[in-house]
Amino acid sequence: MTAAILELHRVSRRFGGLQAVHDMSFAVQEGEILGLIGPNGAGKSTLFNLINGVYAPNSGHIRFSGIDITGATPYLVARHGLARTHQIVQPLANMTVLENCTVGACFGRDNLPLHRARAAAREAAAIAGLDDRVDMQALHLTIAGKKRLELARALAAQPRLLLLDEVLAGLNPTEVEHMIGVIRAIRDRGVTILIIEHLMQAIMSLSDRIVVLNSGEKLAEGLPAEVARNPQVIEAYLGDPKLAAQLEGSA
Amino acid sequence: MGSECLIRSTSMIRRPFFWIIALTIAAFALAPAIGNDVEMRESLALATVYITLASNLNLMLGYAGYVNFGSIVFFGLGGYICVWLNFTHGWPLGVSLLVTGIAVSGFAFVFGLGILRLRGPFFALSTVGIVEGVQAFVQNFAPWGGSAGIYISPEVYQPLGGPARALWVIYFAFVAVMGASLYLSYAIKTSKFGLGLLAIGQNEDAAAILGVPTPRYKAFAYSASAFLPALAGGLYFFKSAFIQPSDAFDLSLSTEALVVCMLGGQGTVTGVALGAYLYEELRGYLLTSEMFSHFQLVVAGVLLLLIVLFFPSGLMGWIHSRFPRTRKVLE
Repeated sequence: MTAAILELHRVSRRFGGLQAVHDMSFAVQEGEILGLIGPNGAGKSTLFNLINGVYAPNSGHIRFSGIDITGATPYLVARHGLARTHQIVQPLANMTVLENCTVGACFGRDNLPLHRARAAAREAAAIAGLDDRVDMQALHLTIAGKKRLELARALAAQPRLLLLDEVLAGLNPTEVEHMIGVIRAIRDRGVTILIIEHLMQAIMSLSDRIVVLNSGEKLAEGLPAEVARNPQVIEAYLGDPKLAAQLEGSA
Repeated sequence: MGSECLIRSTSMIRRPFFWIIALTIAAFALAPAIGNDVEMRESLALATVYITLASNLNLMLGYAGYVNFGSIVFFGLGGYICVWLNFTHGWPLGVSLLVTGIAVSGFAFVFGLGILRLRGPFFALSTVGIVEGVQAFVQNFAPWGGSAGIYISPEVYQPLGGPARALWVIYFAFVAVMGASLYLSYAIKTSKFGLGLLAIGQNEDAAAILGVPTPRYKAFAYSASAFLPALAGGLYFFKSAFIQPSDAFDLSLSTEALVVCMLGGQGTVTGVALGAYLYEELRGYLLTSEMFSHFQLVVAGVLLLLIVLFFPSGLMGWIHSRFPRTRKVLE
């Protein structure tokens, strides 16, 4: 059994009257791809924001590779080797693709000096399939390109854990296919991945395990096939039994 | 770290832009000195002040994306501290200037940690507040003469060889401060620190998530942008032999510095310097010309409107897009 790289212990976060995340506990094992699914508003993105320090939890603890990162600021979390992508792309618009990635490499886990960061940035851009566009300004990229940039930039930081927030959303089937290949390749380089995704087929085939969220709480956790068979999940989340049968087939 | 700095600085010397700055400094120093042209010296002295103020403002405005309306507070405080140390306490000018720079930078760092938590218009307003606050303090601060200010007796020019020679010494010091401002802008822009600032300027939240230590970087930038304007202020008021709160903390001068950055192209080293120089020349021309002297501000205003409307990325943005090759040479 491998060790847990990320542990959430009874994490809660409230926004005014809305309990966005309630008493959430789970662990991500080193080297796995853990899928995070749930209907809109289930608290998935809030959970990412709690993990990487955009919000501090109201209660509970978050440990990353043995260090307590509860309430640490995003840039400290990034330094520890935790990188993320955004559901709504956040490019540094007037900077080139290479400069975007260089920022990731400079201020990521290895804290690289500028000239070495450029080499790491080039490598990351190549992995994400942007090597032909490194000198393009980020604002001129297509939406698929910007998604790749999110990934490349996070990757340039040489993270130990990568949080992917809907990197497949808005891509066409060919692009999805390619992106899945990229994500698998990243995992094969030893990076642990926690991924939020709405494309069911994709996440079921990509993930080693799945955690299901509903209304800020953990509904189920297990292998993709187990989760897809879970009656609670079918009722609360998938709704349509035919879809469930279809997923079981693909998992 | 040490060897790395060495590699970086030698590679900087190999770049053409390093020599362009060096030539600019030499031209400023030599042009009035060769013909002993006092009129040209006075005009260029004012240009060096504009270039210094605008280049340092650019560190915040152009790099980190923070609109600082109150950059004049560094200039005014620099003037007061330097005059006070030099004239009231009899410290040598060089020592006074150095202590002034350090004190004003320290002041900026402490205030920066506080007000840089604000963003956008709130930050911009707070910088105006700082100017007003400091001015109100100085107006009531007896050791600095309150609202009457401090008059300097001509004796202070004796260590520099009398008033006439002192004016030349001060001019060369102005040029040195301007040169240091240009090199500082250039060095920061090509450094990791500069990359972090540019990332903050583009999208501060994304920068923080990528690991840029945003509060520290912003405070360092704010503090760095205070040092050389403080020296320029010290020299300026030492030269004019008189300092009072309304001159030292004149908000219109910091607004002009903002305008200059926009005209020249914020975020670029060349554009801001060029913009400052041209603005100063234009201003001088309009003030002295018979035709425009009564409505020089109108002409300047219309010009600004046209430039903001048609060249939103400033002079340098236009040059860069028109002649893409200049991108590699002119930072």
